[in-house]
Amino acid sequence: MKATFKIWRGDAKGGEFRDYTTEVAEGMVVLDAIHDIQRTQAPDLACRWNCKAGKCGSCSAEVNGMPKLMCMTRLSDLPLEKPVTVEPMKAFSILKDLVTDVSWNFRVKRKIKPFKPRSPDAPDGTWRMQQEDIDRVQEFRKCIECFLCQDVCHVLRDHQMHERFIGPRFLIHVAALEMHPLDTEDRIEELRNTQGIGYCNITKCCTKVCPESIQITDNGIIPLKERVVDDFYDPFGWIWRWMKKKRNS
Amino acid sequence: MPDYETLEHDVLVIGAGGAGLRAAIEASAAGVRVGLVCKSLLGKAHTVMAEGGIAAALANVDERDNWKVHFADTMRGGQYVNQWRMAELHAKEAPDRVRELEAWGAVFDRTKDGRILQRHFGGHKYPRLAHVGDRTGLEMIRTLQDHGVHQGIDVYMEHTVLSLLKDDDRVVGAFGYERERGRFKIFRAKAVVLATGGIGRAYKITSNSWEYTGDGHTLAYNAGAGLIDMEFIQFHPTGMVWPPSVMGILVTEGVRGEGGILTNKEGRRFMFDAIPENYRAQTADNEEEGWLYCQGSKDARRPPELLTRDHVSRCIVREIKEGRGSPHGGVYLDISWIKQKLPNAAEHIKRKLPSMYHQFKQLADIDITEQPMEVGPTTHYIMGGVHVDPDTQMSRVAGLFAAGECAAGINGANRLGGNSLSDLLVFGKRAGEFAAKFAKDNSLGKIDNNKIESVVREALAPFDRSNGESPYQVQKDLQDTMQNLVGIVRNESEMREALGKLDGFKERAENAAITGNREYNPGWHTALDLKNLLTVSEAITLAALERKESRGAQFRDDYPDKNEEFAKVNTMITKAADGSMNVRLEPLPEMPGYLKQVIEEIK
Repeated sequence: MKATFKIWRGDAKGGEFRDYTTEVAEGMVVLDAIHDIQRTQAPDLACRWNCKAGKCGSCSAEVNGMPKLMCMTRLSDLPLEKPVTVEPMKAFSILKDLVTDVSWNFRVKRKIKPFKPRSPDAPDGTWRMQQEDIDRVQEFRKCIECFLCQDVCHVLRDHQMHERFIGPRFLIHVAALEMHPLDTEDRIEELRNTQGIGYCNITKCCTKVCPESIQITDNGIIPLKERVVDDFYDPFGWIWRWMKKKRNS
Repeated sequence: MPDYETLEHDVLVIGAGGAGLRAAIEASAAGVRVGLVCKSLLGKAHTVMAEGGIAAALANVDERDNWKVHFADTMRGGQYVNQWRMAELHAKEAPDRVRELEAWGAVFDRTKDGRILQRHFGGHKYPRLAHVGDRTGLEMIRTLQDHGVHQGIDVYMEHTVLSLLKDDDRVVGAFGYERERGRFKIFRAKAVVLATGGIGRAYKITSNSWEYTGDGHTLAYNAGAGLIDMEFIQFHPTGMVWPPSVMGILVTEGVRGEGGILTNKEGRRFMFDAIPENYRAQTADNEEEGWLYCQGSKDARRPPELLTRDHVSRCIVREIKEGRGSPHGGVYLDISWIKQKLPNAAEHIKRKLPSMYHQFKQLADIDITEQPMEVGPTTHYIMGGVHVDPDTQMSRVAGLFAAGECAAGINGANRLGGNSLSDLLVFGKRAGEFAAKFAKDNSLGKIDNNKIESVVREALAPFDRSNGESPYQVQKDLQDTMQNLVGIVRNESEMREALGKLDGFKERAENAAITGNREYNPGWHTALDLKNLLTVSEAITLAALERKESRGAQFRDDYPDKNEEFAKVNTMITKAADGSMNVRLEPLPEMPGYLKQVIEEIK
């Protein structure tokens, strides 16, 4: 059986969809088709990939308009009677073909205050944590940084507010730090001021596309929003956090 | 000479997986300027794929564990051709390296009393692997990455190094290109750390990504360093075999650690059929004992599924060859059977092995809580690599260090699962520390412009050929050859045939042509990587021919037994003055009495 792929080819200056037809075998994923096309028809077709098993988050693209990891998108789940469109993520500028400039994400992360643990619990320099206290943080730490949530977030995708909003990936990163049982840092002020948590209006698009099924909005962003509200608008909450901060430092 | 962008650092680290990141962090902490070059984006290196855990004798789950037991396990697994000093340092320092990760924010699974949980793994006497479900590598690389980006390290993502630069006998930098524009760059440095990982792309069936083309091995070899143990390639026993497009993708040993069993098409647990003599005393002789072991019973011995990877792979090959394999040419790996033992088995499996559940469900339509998986061996890891000083990780070339998979010595003839992540941490740290020290004692060297010009000419040559062959085709034929002729079962005549074919591939690679321009052009990168793949393929084949015996991961059907003559030697590959590849046997350093005693005590 053969299938046709409409693949976006071009660079920052512009480009177009081009059709490639290739043989489809059982179990193939979109990335396999891209590799076949690269090997036989378009050797300079640019795409990122590494693990081919949904673990590294490199091969993000939009398949038939949906943000997906190409390595985890089975051809058998797509209607192959019409061409499959494959195009780069839209929230980031294009480098070439399916490769986008995601460097902004790495710059954003560097600005987030790093992990700062309390002093160790035991004389040998180790800590004690109960499994149930870290389940939530471990959920967030499953993130493979594929940036599909950033791609689909309308604040970034449609409104291009990259300078004022860090996006769901990094709200989850902040949540993982803030909810880490050992962490003593306070990131609430930046969340509100420079990281723009207020721009998220909880449409949950990010959660829907997360290949790791992280409950980004419900488990991460909403609790963070609550903390921000508590801190800034509730005087008792503000005093409580201020005292807690003093005790920890 | 055109004006190439020149960047200056004290220490340049090439490779940003676990070893590279750890080295960069350590060097930076020593107060020197550090550059970190990675072939992909930061955080995507192969470390991210590691599943099972980090081996370290923390003794959180079994208080009988300590560095001596870990050392003895590592040496036994490596069939005693390991560099004993590396195995010793590794066993002693791994616990501190794991605890340090926790201080940097890693969140490991916990014991009931709130400490880092440890799980069973093949060849480890006690539950030793600190882990996070089956995504330990992700936890490790993310922790190092997030800590590292705040240490003032300059990170060069999507850059590839083509050659090391030398001033006389000392390495003084590297020359490479950035993927985005295809522009060349000069990296000047007082010391260089190689942390480029493995060579899996030399084989057709592999768990490795496109990056693993033996870059560090080749850079070091061409700069005059020696490569040891190149014949020892680990074929992980459990890779996916169906559907074809996922062939080779890893299925963690953690499945067996959690009680998964291997069966053939007759339903027989064939691993009980051939337990090696040196493991007999440590191995369960009945199924119930094996299950109790996986459940944490301290009196039980481990099930034979958790024997070393080389042995399990060979048993699987035997079953398949003798006609007892599964429909798609593998054997069965079954974790779903534990529902006979545990009331909430499905939930338990999903919690302990979430990414395996996900991977099979999504890629193969298999629910591992209900059905067995089909698995077979996949090229996973090379024990061989750059020969380094065990304490400092410096190669025999001044200023050139190596750590992690591209260095050699800790694993000997076979690596135990979990010993890689700990190796990356222990020796990544050491490489960073000693590279920084070396950098402080030395100045920047002179850059050899002629060398750079010749590297550029060679790198751009594929653009000038109008009707050559596609580099992808040469790569594919090379992978088929290595898979078929220098794979799990080897012999002299097939390997001689492989050497002949490699000569042909070299010629074809030199005539490979590409289309397009220099900007983000994977065809060009494939052509460039081919040279490295050819170098390591030749090294593997020559070393495998030289070791006329079967030991650990090397199995030769023309020399099916271990031979005492080879018990105390490593193969050593070096580049001769005329540019040809040389192989010789190098005696192992003599193990001191106190370590011999440790091995005797822990038999």
